[in-house]
Amino acid sequence: MSAVLFDAPGPVAVRRHRIIAAATVLGLIAVAVAVIWKLAVEDQFTAEIWEPFVTPSIIEFLWVGLRNTLIAAAVAIVIAVVFGIVFGVGKLSEHGWLRWPSWTVVEFFRAVPLLMLILFIWAMQGYPTNSLVPLIIGLVLYNGAVLAEVFRAGINAVPTGQSEAAFAIGMRKNQVMRIILLPQAVKIMLPAIISQCIVALKDTSLGFYILAPVLTSQGRQIWNAFDNKFATAIVLAVIYIVLNLLLTWLATWVERRISTPGGGHVTIVAGQVQADASAGAGPVV
Amino acid sequence: MEALTENWDLILKGFWETIKLLLVSGGIALVIGVLVGVARVSPVAILRRTAVGYVTIFRNTPLVVLIILTYYGLPEIGIDFGFFTMITLAMGVYTASFVAECIRSGVNGIPLGQAEAARSIGMPFGMTMTQVILPQSFRLVVPPLASVYIALAKNTSLAHGFGIAEATFRSKGLFNDYATDRVEIFLGIALGYIIIVELISLGAGLLERRWRVSR
Repeated sequence: MSAVLFDAPGPVAVRRHRIIAAATVLGLIAVAVAVIWKLAVEDQFTAEIWEPFVTPSIIEFLWVGLRNTLIAAAVAIVIAVVFGIVFGVGKLSEHGWLRWPSWTVVEFFRAVPLLMLILFIWAMQGYPTNSLVPLIIGLVLYNGAVLAEVFRAGINAVPTGQSEAAFAIGMRKNQVMRIILLPQAVKIMLPAIISQCIVALKDTSLGFYILAPVLTSQGRQIWNAFDNKFATAIVLAVIYIVLNLLLTWLATWVERRISTPGGGHVTIVAGQVQADASAGAGPVV
Repeated sequence: MEALTENWDLILKGFWETIKLLLVSGGIALVIGVLVGVARVSPVAILRRTAVGYVTIFRNTPLVVLIILTYYGLPEIGIDFGFFTMITLAMGVYTASFVAECIRSGVNGIPLGQAEAARSIGMPFGMTMTQVILPQSFRLVVPPLASVYIALAKNTSLAHGFGIAEATFRSKGLFNDYATDRVEIFLGIALGYIIIVELISLGAGLLERRWRVSR
């Protein structure tokens, strides 16, 4: 927090801050009371609405969805990293015949809505139900394209003296890339890659639209059976928030562990790599 | 090719819905996002914490889940403003958390010396913000904000499963009706999205140049 933005408050400011703080607290309490009152009036605190979420068979059912969600996200991100290295290095190539196709592929998959891509793949495969494959392919293409940009930025963030020194001792182009640039770039990029994992994890929820057996689809079956849409949506949201906070925490931990003074920094905002590395990991969509 | 040429009016209508979704939810996101973003950098600790809570909750929930909550969940407890409003509300509160983060990083990206210099010549907090910090942070905020709105433009496709016939809904219908032309349909409608994305980044580029300050 940049405390330097404001001075140590004087007596008038202190009073003003207290008034604002009190108003905020009152506002928050009012919102909480209104929500609880509304839920109580609408009979949302009954056992039949919340009971499914403590029933072992339903927990088992949600667990299947959670497992599929995690599998889809993990498989997709691993393949996407490979995709990203190939196309990121391709975009940096000195050969036009390699650079331009890489550029086209990366820009195309970043600009197309992921959901439409997934629907297209789903249609091309003949609308399979209960299949994670269209979802995973879509996630690989989109996240791979974003990661390609991350890799390019990461490689560019390695000080030029490194590759100059490597060339000076007689390394070849691919040796410089493989032995000198990529290992250092990965270190710079690791936090960005983890925050892209959060994006991939959130995007697995799109399996909802193609009947893939992920968390959101399982949720639909639960609310169809118990008619508790509101409660189910809240439970799904809580599961996703907890998972993402764990990943966020991991990203911060990794960043602290590996960050070197004066080292570069890559931030992704909404699938676009930001050249400007302002404080902290940027928002991710 | 006839899949696209025969249905161009449907596709254009679909993109009109996409743009409507983008504008309405973008407006909601801007209003809430700026408020939350300002609270995020305010001197009052509890306001800051409230803003952090907002961002944490809405940034980590998938948009689909938020749409399910507003489209299916809220009407169940008697809150219903019609499906278009409910969907744009979900998109708005979701995107607002990203807008707020952009504002915060924009304000924090200004060198601290600027605020210190403003204070040392006797400017009060309000004047420091309006005269020194905010004009400079607008420029820093534009590129990430453009990314957020590009993501929103693509995220409007999530409305297609909830009764809005926007561009992705049209593509889904056409994939079904013209099984042999799926690649052309995909590329054609993708082109429409690419145009929208390019327009946003073009606009952002113009704004950025306009607000450029030499430092």
